[in-house]
Amino acid sequence: MNINWFDADYLPWLIMLFPLLSFVIIVLFTARSRIVSQFVALAGIGIAWVLSMVEFVKVVWASDAELGHEVFGSSIDWMTLGTRTFEMGVLVDPLTAYMLLMVPLACLLIFAYSVGYMRSDPHYSRFFAYISLFAGAMLTLVLADNLLLLFVGWEVMGLCSYLLIGFWFHKKSAYQAGVKAFMTTRVGDMLMMVGIGYLFIVARTLDFREILYNEEMLAHLASTPAVIFGGSAAALIGVLLVAGTIGKSSQFPLHVWLPDAMEGPTPVSAMIHAATMVSAGVYMVVRMFPLLSAGADFHAGDFSAPMIVMGVIGSITALGAAILAVGQNDIKRILAYSTISQLGYMVAALGIGAWVAAAFHLVNHAFFKALLFMASGVVIHAMEHGQHEAAEHGDEHLHHEPEQPDGLVMDYVPPANDIRRMGGLLDRIPVTAITMAIGGLSLAGFPLITAGFWSKDEIIADAWHGAGEGYLLALLVVLCLLAAAVLTAFYTARMWFMTFWGAPRTPAAQHAGIGSFRNAWVRSRWARARRLEGVAVSHQDRSSALWMEVPLIVLAFLAIFAGFIGVHTDFPLLGALDNPLHEFLGGTLLEHPTAVDFNWLPVLASSLLALAGLGVGYWLYGLRPLGAEDADPAEQALGAGIWRVLENRFYIDILYRRYLVRPAEWFAVNIVIQAIDKETIDGVLETIGEAFVWLGEFFKRFNTIVIDGVGDGIPGAIGSFAGWFRQVQTGRIQQYLLYVTLALLALGALMFIQIR
Amino acid sequence: MVITFSGALTGILLTPVIGAIIILLLNKESREQARIIAAMSTGIALLLALGVFFGYDVDAANAAAANGETYFAFEDHVQWIESVGISYHLGVDGISAPMVLLTALAGFTGVLISWKIEDRTREFMAFFLLLVAGVFGVFMAVDLFVLFFFYELSIFPMYFLIVIWGWVKTREYAAMKLTLYILIGSVVALIGLLALYFKAGEATGVYSFDFVHLNEAARAGVFDLPFFGDSGVTTARLWFPAIFIGFGVLAGIWPFHNWSPDGHVAAPTAVSMIHAGVLMKLGAFAALRVGVQLLPDGARMHLPWIIFLTLINVVYGALIAFRQRDFKYVIGFSSVSHMGLVSMGFATMNLTGMTGAGLQMFSHGVMTALFFACVGMVYDRAHTRDIPSLGGFARKLPWVAVAFIIGGFVSMGMPGLSGFVAEFPIFVGLWDGPVFEPDPDWLTGSFNYYAAIAIVAVLGIIITAAYVLRIVGQVFFGEFNEERFPGVTAISLYDKIALVMLVFWLVLVGIYPRVMAPMIESGVRPIVSMLGG
Repeated sequence: MNINWFDADYLPWLIMLFPLLSFVIIVLFTARSRIVSQFVALAGIGIAWVLSMVEFVKVVWASDAELGHEVFGSSIDWMTLGTRTFEMGVLVDPLTAYMLLMVPLACLLIFAYSVGYMRSDPHYSRFFAYISLFAGAMLTLVLADNLLLLFVGWEVMGLCSYLLIGFWFHKKSAYQAGVKAFMTTRVGDMLMMVGIGYLFIVARTLDFREILYNEEMLAHLASTPAVIFGGSAAALIGVLLVAGTIGKSSQFPLHVWLPDAMEGPTPVSAMIHAATMVSAGVYMVVRMFPLLSAGADFHAGDFSAPMIVMGVIGSITALGAAILAVGQNDIKRILAYSTISQLGYMVAALGIGAWVAAAFHLVNHAFFKALLFMASGVVIHAMEHGQHEAAEHGDEHLHHEPEQPDGLVMDYVPPANDIRRMGGLLDRIPVTAITMAIGGLSLAGFPLITAGFWSKDEIIADAWHGAGEGYLLALLVVLCLLAAAVLTAFYTARMWFMTFWGAPRTPAAQHAGIGSFRNAWVRSRWARARRLEGVAVSHQDRSSALWMEVPLIVLAFLAIFAGFIGVHTDFPLLGALDNPLHEFLGGTLLEHPTAVDFNWLPVLASSLLALAGLGVGYWLYGLRPLGAEDADPAEQALGAGIWRVLENRFYIDILYRRYLVRPAEWFAVNIVIQAIDKETIDGVLETIGEAFVWLGEFFKRFNTIVIDGVGDGIPGAIGSFAGWFRQVQTGRIQQYLLYVTLALLALGALMFIQIR
Repeated sequence: MVITFSGALTGILLTPVIGAIIILLLNKESREQARIIAAMSTGIALLLALGVFFGYDVDAANAAAANGETYFAFEDHVQWIESVGISYHLGVDGISAPMVLLTALAGFTGVLISWKIEDRTREFMAFFLLLVAGVFGVFMAVDLFVLFFFYELSIFPMYFLIVIWGWVKTREYAAMKLTLYILIGSVVALIGLLALYFKAGEATGVYSFDFVHLNEAARAGVFDLPFFGDSGVTTARLWFPAIFIGFGVLAGIWPFHNWSPDGHVAAPTAVSMIHAGVLMKLGAFAALRVGVQLLPDGARMHLPWIIFLTLINVVYGALIAFRQRDFKYVIGFSSVSHMGLVSMGFATMNLTGMTGAGLQMFSHGVMTALFFACVGMVYDRAHTRDIPSLGGFARKLPWVAVAFIIGGFVSMGMPGLSGFVAEFPIFVGLWDGPVFEPDPDWLTGSFNYYAAIAIVAVLGIIITAAYVLRIVGQVFFGEFNEERFPGVTAISLYDKIALVMLVFWLVLVGIYPRVMAPMIESGVRPIVSMLGG
């Protein structure tokens, strides 16, 4: 058979196949060899990346007719129940192609980074097996042509997330964080599964082509009344699907798992908890947007129930998480809250119908946040190295190390993650410092030159437009997002300046560093410019730095340039780029989305707010860098009370534990087990049992006295008679002869009487 | 008089019996021979069961289902006691063929897992084989008298297996509790069955226990006639609860579930595997076959309230499992929860949900067998099942840990494993609601609460994840206590074979459900058509 391997029908299957194949190969064959496992994993994701690029090019080159709804894809029957068939298939439309641009590349870079980061881990092969499975699941989710396969990828990712957060499972806190993440997201997942089930009942299919590209179907879904809660079927399904996103993308009120998920290795945080899995939650609602908005004319301010839920939840999350990020001292937790906040931006954007903007921000965020996480990983490595060095120099005892708690404790910050213990790392890991600054500027939305600016600006512009039309939801979104934008810029500046600026605040920071040729080269120039030649820098480990830095540099490039594909056409000068993204992505939707008219006000507002946030951050932490004994100015400004609230994450986790988990346990123990199972059911049965025992006792006595009285009486009588009669037999011949004689006499007497 | 005889099913039924007889004839000291004979006879039964499973003609079954008939494959039909209409009639339909495979699988792996039993090995193996034979008999019986015969027959060896080889602390209590519950349930069901027998005989003139005959009578509407003279209560409506719940006791239906965790815990490992893995399905299977399929009108009337009992099963069992300290009790209550999903699937009364229930019977059977095998392996080495005092066993018993984790993911419905393939259709079926037009005077008429039940039942699955992860975390992960558990040895090759065989089916059905789903569907189809679909 003549198979064209570059035929689009095969290609998508192959993209997701290779990482899964790597997983199987590592688990079954190569787990013993670290090097082979590492290369199997890299090869799997590498091939997936190459194939994705081929696929992407194909989609871009496809004629307009093929671009939109005429998608590439194929499917097989998976299970048939009655007249209904569950199909499993793949589909590549512009949205998928855009995701394919990001997901395999981000994964590949993170895999490469992991080679450096996990080098000394004893379970190196297992780590690569898990992340390969994860990457395969993520690609499955992106390529799926139906909700069921999407859900398969979704759940397998949840499983990998659990396994990887708890990768260091001997550490109790890591394992607990894994369970917390899994359980919290699972609440959303299960509601989503119920929603998928209902969608299947109403639509009789789960295929995207037949639901999302089918106006009749959408109208049918929007007009069918829901079985419960009123409203339309589309609205009920939509809300249930959004519940899945709330869990997976860590939105309020199910956001509590993500900050604790930072217990996992940093590459995991970069991949799962920034670039891919948490984004997959948003991807799902982006994908399902035609269904979520079915029956609602949101351009005219008529938002459907799922959109309202997304708008409100997204706004609350974006703002709330940004506030919490200000109050964190753990570098990874700052980034975790920042991720929650940015995902809130996307969800809120979808709530007001800014579909393209949400997808745009999704991809840009993945690039710069993966960069930030990986950079933070280098910082942590450098700090751990520094702690080790400092301990060898005997300086470390000067600084009291907090006791590592047993299990998850909210306000415990591992010393290597604590930005209060850093400072001055710019001179020690300059490549990381510079790339992290680029990522941070992109996150903060530094005007014009960063990717983050363009996508965030587009969301705000859409919301601004809606608010201008007088839509309350859009007003809420724009207010929350603008407030969040200032805070984002501020906490980013705080994080960066506290980490890299000024003088080292602890011996660990003094000795921190990972070495590489590039670091040495950059540092030598840096040091000359800043006249720092005299500062001693500790001996550094060079082996893993290369693997860790190259991905940073690639991502830093993307954190700047990934944004220019989505510049509004009316933007002065840069508008000449013609906004290819909007045109390209728009083909995915039935109705080509129209970009809102260009407006200077939101651009100015978001630029100024970003600059203001960065400025305040610089003013507080940059102008006069924090010294070793200084208090945190943000903490001073806010006062101890508010700071305490932030450190305790608005007490939401405590609230859940106290009012949900404990009552559930109490309910299980006291009501279900004790009251119902033990006392009522077993109690009733025991009462019946006792009654029967009593009845049995009664019958037993009845038996002994009455029935046995009769039953035993007869044989007893026979027995006693026999006992008496037995005495006849004595064994003496004389006596027997006497009996015989007597008998004969008696017989003779009888005969005599008869004859007579 | 022989009517048809293909022999495969009789072969499956007799192999363990013959094995048991040979074992009993052995010398008292020949333990190894007893084990080998037990493994061989269950192995042959397994091969035959695989033959039956893969040889089952789904198309023929669907063709028969189009007329509302149940297609029995591999029939063995011999007249037995003609005067009362009892015949030795075996056959498998789409629902029972996977169950026969499940029994064979649990039987064979059970023997492998019990390899180390040194206490009266001969008797243990003989009883175990008799138990397996009894269970086979129930799944294969077409004549309901034969079904009943084997139903009772499987309880008797179970009692001895628990009392003699069980956990010393509770074995007598548990064995007695189990036997009483099941016997009382079955007596209630038997009375119902006799009522059907006489009613059908009265109406058709032919008194027979044969399912095919009774099913024809049911389709002719015999059981929809008033039971007493002209009263309004029909046979179906009157006797359905007795039959469904009577058999449902063995399926652990709330509030008659309490025998099961106690029984599982007290039983030795292999018996727990059969007990939870297969025996509980006997109840569900018989409730479906005798209850729903013969009395569809009763099902239409009563399942809409019985579904609440199943909902309680699902959530309540999971909650209790979450709070157990004893490893084995967790699994015991998880069975209560999962069997609730089976009955819930029946109660959806549509093709999707009931097929899901059939898949869940198989999936849960294999999964629970796997769970109990894992628990047994840990217990044999740790000599305790107290969850908080265990820990770190993943390092010592990696095979067991991986198998348990896979089983755990099956139980929480992870896609790619059989649990999802089973649970997802049940939930879809719940949304769909029953196939027939609801009676406006009855519950389903005014308001479709089945959808609400779907949402509440999800709680059970979430809690399932919690207790599975709790065990994984506390038993397999964490620090291993060398002092407390010295000399933990690796598991044997037999154990590994057993684990791999069980995991294989969980993965196979999960990835490729078409190996089983169409078959179960073909068995469910006639039932649904009788319900009005």
